[in-house]
Amino acid sequence: MNRFAFANCTTVDQALSELKDGAVLKAGGIDLLDLMKEGIVSPPRLVNIRNIGELRGITSGPDGLHIKPLSTLSEISEHSEIRRDYSALADAAGHAATPQVRNMATIGGNITQRPRCWYFRSSDFDCKKKGGSSRECHAHDGENQYHAVMNNGTCASVHPSSTAVPLLAMNARVEIASKRGKRTVKISDFYVAPEKDVINETVLQPDEIITEIFVPKPETGTRSAYQKYGEKESFDWPLADAGVVLVMDGDKCRRASVVLGVAAPTPIRANRAEEALAGATISEATARAAAKAAMQNATPLSQNGYKVQLFQTAIYRTILLAAGQIDRDPSAVG
Amino acid sequence: MTHESFIALQEQQAQQKPNDQPKSVRKGVEGEAKPTRQAEKKDEQTPPVSQAAAATRMEAFVFGIPQDGLSKKERQVPLDEPPALPPNSDLTFIGKPTPRWDGPQKVSGRGKYTADVHLPGMLHARMIDASIPHGRITSIDTSAAEKLPGVKAVHVIEHTMGIAELRDPKQELPSKYPVIRYAGQPIAGVAATSPQIAEDAAALIKVTYDEMPFVVDRQAARAEDAPKVFPGPADAAGSAGGGGGPKDVRQVGNVHGPQLKKIGDVEQGYSEADAIVESEYFTQVQTHSALETHGFVVDWKPEEITVYASTQGTASVRDEFAEVFKVPKSQVRVITEYMGGGFGAKFGAGNEGVVAANLSRKASAPVKLMLDRRQEHINCNRPDSHQKLKIGAKKDGTLTAITLTSYGSAGVGTGAGTAGPATNLYKCPNLLTEEYDVFINAGPGAAFRAPGHPQGCFAFEQAIDEMAVKLNIDPLDFRDKIDESPARRVERNVIREKTNWKNRRPAGSDQGPVKRGMGIAQSVWYRFINMDSSCEVRVSKDGSVELMSSVQDLGTGTKTLLALIVAEEFGIPPSDVVVRIGDTRYPIGPNSGGSVTAGSITPAVRNAAWQAKQKLFAVAAPKLGTSAENLTVKGTKVVCKDDESKSFTIRQLASKMPTSEISARVTRGPEYAKERLTYGGVDYVELAVDTETGRVHVEKVFGAHDCGRPINPLGVISQINGGMLQGISYALFEERIMDRNKGYMLNANLENYKILGAREVPEIHVELVENYIAMSSTDAAGIGESAGIITMAAAIGNAFYNATGVRMRKIPMTPANVLAALGKLEPGERA
Repeated sequence: MNRFAFANCTTVDQALSELKDGAVLKAGGIDLLDLMKEGIVSPPRLVNIRNIGELRGITSGPDGLHIKPLSTLSEISEHSEIRRDYSALADAAGHAATPQVRNMATIGGNITQRPRCWYFRSSDFDCKKKGGSSRECHAHDGENQYHAVMNNGTCASVHPSSTAVPLLAMNARVEIASKRGKRTVKISDFYVAPEKDVINETVLQPDEIITEIFVPKPETGTRSAYQKYGEKESFDWPLADAGVVLVMDGDKCRRASVVLGVAAPTPIRANRAEEALAGATISEATARAAAKAAMQNATPLSQNGYKVQLFQTAIYRTILLAAGQIDRDPSAVG
Repeated sequence: MTHESFIALQEQQAQQKPNDQPKSVRKGVEGEAKPTRQAEKKDEQTPPVSQAAAATRMEAFVFGIPQDGLSKKERQVPLDEPPALPPNSDLTFIGKPTPRWDGPQKVSGRGKYTADVHLPGMLHARMIDASIPHGRITSIDTSAAEKLPGVKAVHVIEHTMGIAELRDPKQELPSKYPVIRYAGQPIAGVAATSPQIAEDAAALIKVTYDEMPFVVDRQAARAEDAPKVFPGPADAAGSAGGGGGPKDVRQVGNVHGPQLKKIGDVEQGYSEADAIVESEYFTQVQTHSALETHGFVVDWKPEEITVYASTQGTASVRDEFAEVFKVPKSQVRVITEYMGGGFGAKFGAGNEGVVAANLSRKASAPVKLMLDRRQEHINCNRPDSHQKLKIGAKKDGTLTAITLTSYGSAGVGTGAGTAGPATNLYKCPNLLTEEYDVFINAGPGAAFRAPGHPQGCFAFEQAIDEMAVKLNIDPLDFRDKIDESPARRVERNVIREKTNWKNRRPAGSDQGPVKRGMGIAQSVWYRFINMDSSCEVRVSKDGSVELMSSVQDLGTGTKTLLALIVAEEFGIPPSDVVVRIGDTRYPIGPNSGGSVTAGSITPAVRNAAWQAKQKLFAVAAPKLGTSAENLTVKGTKVVCKDDESKSFTIRQLASKMPTSEISARVTRGPEYAKERLTYGGVDYVELAVDTETGRVHVEKVFGAHDCGRPINPLGVISQINGGMLQGISYALFEERIMDRNKGYMLNANLENYKILGAREVPEIHVELVENYIAMSSTDAAGIGESAGIITMAAAIGNAFYNATGVRMRKIPMTPANVLAALGKLEPGERA
């Protein structure tokens, strides 16, 4: 790890003025520490924003949910209104990583964490995502059992943030500040596909800070759930996951959002599943059909074909969970 | 097979020594050209001369298994050994569950591990590793590192340990530097005043290479045109923990072997069989992943080299330092106070120990060198395997033939054989095993908790289960037919009575996506004794009692175990016994490998305690108006045999000592009889398989195990719990993943090298079966190897079959492998 300066800030303005010349933000420091230890980033200065009071707090109003970026995953998962009205978000935050990590990790850091692809993370490989000279994605003809099964043509890494999945399903917006002023970005525009920018996963610029995440108030009849599946329950990254938001009218689903996290380099909407569910009565059969439709265009690599099955399971069981037809799946992890 | 041939086979197996046995000497270590032959031939079974002529007496020992009814066995024992020990039920401390006394130290962080040692003026060192998988070093430039302020020494390795060596070194061009045969191979070390400076300096060392083609996949390495890891035949002297495959066998390309074992005629056996099962099995590479990485603090002084080592063999570390640096053993002191896990890979000086010592010598300062997590993963492992197994049996279950062909890769080492279980679990008159090592450009295999057995058991015990299905015999009944071990028979009865076995359903009975099943598997390990088992018991005039031996606590609770033995002899609370171990200044004790520790050192400790006590009685009795012969320990009192109302405390007796100290120093004597004994267990697993996610949920494990006389049942059960967890982790999660294109290990961390966590731990029950064998003054035996690590993959495999009707012939049973086995992949995909 490189040597670095440490700038302790107590206001956003102070942080913004420190955020220059290659400095990076440190909130919980969870992902940053890993990145620095592997030598993927070597910032000369860390701007500690953990003590900025104005970036803390969760408020639920008539317009929706305002989550300040330093809210920890534990705070989000335990927040009573989030658990009631935005349950997929509480699920995702409450099952990420480990209790210790959830107590430290912030939502701002969680949605901007870098991918876990072992070619990207290992200093042995000159992955193009790190600006390396390799033009090919090492995963394509390498060891790709954990890699993307969709949109994986340029880079086969999978999106790492669980909370981004329900946030996309709930049409969240991200408020960003810089010395140039404030801007608000829909979370669907916040993430950038590798075809557009292979190095950066988000539109966040080096001099910008996330100041709020806003989730619009759900319509009456909305129910949601998030579940993830993988190898281990204790401290493991998911191999498949699904965030489902259903707007229900009695037994019928008026509208559905189905979002997959670790299927592709960015969280993606499963449009075909959403179409299959719209207007349908939710049952195991309709849920399974939607799951199958969602994975129709999957493009698995040499070793990750099993993830197609795993995603279908994740999707159908999470639809049924969101609809209240089953309990949380004991096979789900986290 | 007759019982005699079974024994003969075990003799054969035992003569090779277990793979987990330490070897004091290895070939070609740095600092010296060649080891001495005599040292290599050192026989651990030879009794020390001092005991050879001892007079003997007959003694009747408790014998057998309580469930079968205990009997007596007459043995001839030396006169200076104590009377036979009654069964555990009649003892005060031995056999009573006792929490390990250093547990609070460990969990509160007060226990000092090697990584915690901090000496005045100590430097911090870092290893520099190869960044290519195969090639020749053309230059190493250390000048920039040496100039960095704070850097005190740099050492370049001239000879790498742990890697197989060419039989004919002339097959390679001579070079100043070792050939690089795997990515991560240690090249050099640097010592500096802080870890940060050492890391910066390491990055400044420039190594250039002539790269050579490489192969990191076992199957690919077997091809005729595969890149060759060695240009000609090569043999491994074994890792520091022993191991290493057969020497001087045939080698074609990367394929080294076979090692052949042949009994009877298997073709004849198959012709007599009513049923035959035949299949292939695949197991992965497992890394040791000790919580405390390999490491040393070396303080090189002209008069003595002090080595703080994370080791399971203070004596073997001392011996290797002495040998490498050509210094007398008397000038090397090795200390291991607390030990964070070895599992078979921590016996010698190792590359890191030799580098640390060289750095300390050059810098004239103590040097700490701990491997980092990545290095820990790369430099030792349990080899993988590809096994072809065929067994034949008659309708009544009698086995007629077993054939096993295995190919395994210990990377740049050898020792990937898997034939132990197939050879030693059950009786069979016809057996043919062929074991091959396949060299690949990956870190060397090392002895790892029951070397070869988890792999072998995964295949063999599933084949036995498959045969039971084919013959329509209950798997436990089937083993009653083919297993001659009385202990295992009792253990199978425990499983029958105390688990859900009687409610076992036909395979694949559940209708929904989640299917439940149960299965069993058996383990076998061997009684090995290390005769280098010495200790001293000292009684001071104030009545305090000390025990000293260089034997180390590998993490199994050795200190507590030894305290119980001494406490029982003196009738004092175990907490009053001061146990000083893990320092070669004390009498030399056994290295902890092959499950030898308890069986080797406890008789020496009991004998020394008894002798010290007899000396105490002899000087104190007259002053108390009685005779030594009239004194005996009963529970926690010393009583007069002729009038038990007259009793004394050890303190009262000690106060009568004419000198300030009485002591007895004892080296273990030979076993009371020449018999080959096995330890083992029967393990039962209940699990659920989610056939749509590929998750295997182990829900319940019940183990029935034997290990001679359990001295501290709590410690024994604790080891079995640990073995089961390590076994479940091996069966379901752990796997070294190599990048086939670049040759690097991709998951050399604890994020993607997946080890079972708290949420994956099932409900576990263990029942110990006491097995009195009348072999030593304690009858204690080790449990490390037979404790669950061997059986879990096979028992889970058998339960998986019972749940789903499908056999898992490949581990780890990850969603990828499970869904593939269940045929749940979309057409055109492969797992």
